[in-house]
Amino acid sequence: MSRLDPPRLSRRSFLSLASLGSFFAALGTAAAGIFRLPNPAVLPGPVRRFKLGPPEQFSAGSETAFAEQNLVLFRDDEGFYAISSTCTHLGCTVARSKDGFACPCHGSRFDSKGSVIGGPAPRPLPWLEVSRAANGDLIVSADNEVPEDTRYRV
Amino acid sequence: MAEAATREFLHNLYELPHTVKDACFRLGKTPESEREESQATFHNLFLHIHSVRVHVRTLKPTLTFGLGLMATASFVITIITGVLLMVYYKPSTDLAYQSIKDIHFTVSTGRFIRNIHRWSAQLMVLVVLLHMARVFFTASYKKPREFNWLVGLGLLVITLALSFTGYLLPWDQLAYWAITIGSNIANSPREFTDAIGITKFFDPGGFQKRLLLGANYVGQDALIRFYVLHVFVLPLALVTLLGVHFWRIRKDGGLAKPEDPPGGLAEWGGERRPVFQPLATKTYGLMALVKGKRPPVNRGPENTVMSWPHLFWAELSVFMVTVAVTLILSFYYDAPLKELANAAIPENPAKAPWYFLGIQELVSYSAFTGGLLIPVIVVVGLALIPFLDRRPGGEGTWFGTNNERSVFWQSLFFACAVTVGMLAFTVNYGWLRNWFPNIHQLWIIAINPGSLLVAIFAAWSLFILKRKDAVRLSAVSLFTCFLVGFTLLTYFATVHRGPNWHFYWWPSQWPVH
Repeated sequence: MSRLDPPRLSRRSFLSLASLGSFFAALGTAAAGIFRLPNPAVLPGPVRRFKLGPPEQFSAGSETAFAEQNLVLFRDDEGFYAISSTCTHLGCTVARSKDGFACPCHGSRFDSKGSVIGGPAPRPLPWLEVSRAANGDLIVSADNEVPEDTRYRV
Repeated sequence: MAEAATREFLHNLYELPHTVKDACFRLGKTPESEREESQATFHNLFLHIHSVRVHVRTLKPTLTFGLGLMATASFVITIITGVLLMVYYKPSTDLAYQSIKDIHFTVSTGRFIRNIHRWSAQLMVLVVLLHMARVFFTASYKKPREFNWLVGLGLLVITLALSFTGYLLPWDQLAYWAITIGSNIANSPREFTDAIGITKFFDPGGFQKRLLLGANYVGQDALIRFYVLHVFVLPLALVTLLGVHFWRIRKDGGLAKPEDPPGGLAEWGGERRPVFQPLATKTYGLMALVKGKRPPVNRGPENTVMSWPHLFWAELSVFMVTVAVTLILSFYYDAPLKELANAAIPENPAKAPWYFLGIQELVSYSAFTGGLLIPVIVVVGLALIPFLDRRPGGEGTWFGTNNERSVFWQSLFFACAVTVGMLAFTVNYGWLRNWFPNIHQLWIIAINPGSLLVAIFAAWSLFILKRKDAVRLSAVSLFTCFLVGFTLLTYFATVHRGPNWHFYWWPSQWPVH
């Protein structure tokens, strides 16, 4: 054995290192397990599909705000559309203003089609999917976004 | 024999108060000599974290203003009042608001106790910030105290987290909307991941929000999580770190102070005491060599005084002052309680507690930059200070090295001018989104009044570094800018932001709604 050879790992230090390694591996696994628990596997919460009533209830050119459902339902000549009133910035509820919508929390402003015209909001207000129930009532699915200018014809 | 036992029994009974007292207090009397004063200190679990003798400089009120101790005192007050509030508080969305109302209107002394809890918590945040400023401007983070600076930073973060989690518990409008905003700030990395289109694969924002709320909205899961964090996890973490903080003060040699001049006289209480002068022939034992840079040759142990009673009087008076301040505030000003939380109508304006309002102002430019990026940059920057500024000097003295005071004033004026200018510009002319409605979100994340302020402050400190050729002075300029920015943004958002986050000169001009 020349002096340049690295010293051989003794059985004792190998076993020590191995046991230390398994200790840290176990610790890491435990930590991962600990962080898995608070990460919910199923998100609790009500189904966000709202029955808003028969289409005849809303006249053409009307807009109806549903405060509890956090959305505004519009009807124009082409059909129905629904815009979410939850601000895309930090989740406050926007209110109707002169030129569209305004957020009370940090001053984001949107036009009446939900596009951002000022303030910190990163995205336009989402357009929500409109459909009909078996009995003919309008349904808005607040979890399903649709592209802007999508209309639902009755 | 029986008679003797009876007599002994009666004697023991008669002596009972004395023997019990002697069993509890080892010294058993007010210490009269320095030896007994030492014993009084180190025979008591709660006093023995102090050294027996303390340097006269560290007792000077203007060195520390007792800020660290005041923070501890206000923490003790929040613990005591917090446990009392737990007797009646019920962490459920149906009952929380009513239980706070009960505490406020029905429970004997409940309103007062809740006020004390709130005011001491606010005082704690304020004092922790001031304590950090004190440690910085007296250069007390320098070797060997770098680690304790980091521990202190951890304590600051936990203090803010405690405050934030406590904010939700009343379940009123303020609580609900502040936490909605807060949890969406945790969600705000999405602003960046959405902008580059990778949210589907990599979504740290959504993960953070789910971890915090246990759901996609603020509800029962969020309330119980915040409750557990507020009453158990965070206080435990704080107490543990506080133990480390105190321990390290002792291990690092007490509070930072300049070296004593060799020889000379120390002044204490109008007395002049001779400083320890070693004989030239004295040889030092090994015990003098094992610890410290060198044996205490020419350094005077006579510059210290007994901790009992000098230090303990000082500590007791800081405690008393803290208690007095919280009591007076709580007597005159009630902790607010708004209407029951309502997910349909946001509070307008929905303002966070004052120490988060600076961040809220930044968030009103960009949620990701203002709510996460800049706070993280600030905390990392603060953590790096003792490792980038390593030249010894000025420890334990306010503005201890050359030119510190002038750099401080220059930076103060510079930062005031820049911050006020930036705010005035933003209020008057708006920002990128107002000029170019279709601009890509990445531009706004990168360039907004908040990120520009940080960049200008960093440039200023680099300028000072070049111009003054001293790392410490550069650190002083940056820290001063940070303090000014924090203070002005907080003030601006508190006073000048009204409904819809519009600018108003005074809250009295807010429109009635």
